[in-house]
Amino acid sequence: MKRLILWGLGLVLMFLALYLVFLYAPIEKVMGIVQKNFYLMVPMGWLSLLSYFVIFIGSIFYLTKRDRKWDDLAYSAAEVGIIFTSLALMVGSIWARPIWGVWWAWEEPRLTTTLVLWFIYLACLLVRSLTVEEGRGATFAAVVGVIGFIDIPFVILSTSLWRGMHPPLIIFEEGGLDPRMRLTLMLSIVAYTVLYVVILMQRVAIRRDEAEVKKLKGLVSQES
Amino acid sequence: MSFWSKVIAITRKDALSELRTKEIISAVLVFALLVILIFNFAFGARPEAVDLVASGMLWVTFAFAGVLSLNRAFIVEKEDNCLDGLLICPMSREVIYVGKVLASLLFMLIVEAIALPVFALLFNLPVLTAQLIGITVLVTIGFVAVGTLFSALAVNTKAREMVLPILFLPIVIPLIVAAVKASELALAGKSWGELYPWLPIIISFDVIFLVVAYLIFAFIVEE
Repeated sequence: MKRLILWGLGLVLMFLALYLVFLYAPIEKVMGIVQKNFYLMVPMGWLSLLSYFVIFIGSIFYLTKRDRKWDDLAYSAAEVGIIFTSLALMVGSIWARPIWGVWWAWEEPRLTTTLVLWFIYLACLLVRSLTVEEGRGATFAAVVGVIGFIDIPFVILSTSLWRGMHPPLIIFEEGGLDPRMRLTLMLSIVAYTVLYVVILMQRVAIRRDEAEVKKLKGLVSQES
Repeated sequence: MSFWSKVIAITRKDALSELRTKEIISAVLVFALLVILIFNFAFGARPEAVDLVASGMLWVTFAFAGVLSLNRAFIVEKEDNCLDGLLICPMSREVIYVGKVLASLLFMLIVEAIALPVFALLFNLPVLTAQLIGITVLVTIGFVAVGTLFSALAVNTKAREMVLPILFLPIVIPLIVAAVKASELALAGKSWGELYPWLPIIISFDVIFLVVAYLIFAFIVEE
């Protein structure tokens, strides 16, 4: 029931966000219609960070409590997280093309940071599939999750200082953003966060079912 | 036995077996020299090209050499089940981590101590300055702190030595960025003060990852 309400809320928010993005928010003077991309890019970037935080929480609790449900959470967050991070990279690339004339800008710290995050997500997922025992794989993934999360501030700091830029400002502090644009952005972030939570919950549920099926299969093959 | 005497015992064991087999240092050193050689052909040894890529070359060499050497740290323990013996010893898991970190640090520093002068000689660079040596030692501590943890993890996976680079390299990217930038400035003859803000990044990376890896290490080697 709870999930159904969340689904409905997500749907309503998504439509509302679309309305705000395309009909309510003014068209940017310099960048034009391309700037609409911004309302997709920022939520994606935010979710790739948020997902890391979820992995971190799941990993820490798994390591200390040894309860499978925390591992399910960490694993699902890694899987959903890599999807959103990939999307962030694609949308960032689509943004870079008209604005800077190139598909990839190494000078842009947020884009570069996202790429490094993508590789850490990959490490998190790979280490699990490369381990023979399942319980061990979960522990290893949790260790990589914790180390990866602690690494993020360093990645952000070093990639932004790399090209002599100051660390990126939080988007809400940047002056000159039209209040209508800000509202649209905020609502987009909320809508996509709800979407993220819905997908994450779904994935956790599927993973539990997978474990259940595996257990039952084991029972059946034992009997026969 | 106190914590540190146990740590020294493990480091001593590693150093002794290295002294007898000369396995890690010789192989890694040859590898590092080969990488330098290949870079020379890849980028050309023209002075202007060297100025541009020197510090990058240095750190690619050391990062790859580090992966090679850190991999061995636990693979030699896994062979003949030495790791099990190590785990049976009446000491905490953290002792193993610190002992291994010190041993790997020692091996890496020896390799670097030989490779740096060669590097300076072949490319005619002012490598042997206090700044550059300081940066090298600090960054190597960071490499070893993360690498020892992941090395212990990697030997317990199916793919063993293939796992370490894919875990280790993304995590140390900030460290490599800072190392390359700081060395660039050091090679240009800048003073300590001008290496700011890279030095604090390197030092805080070292401290934070040493502490976190120390705390988390026990989870990896259990059972």
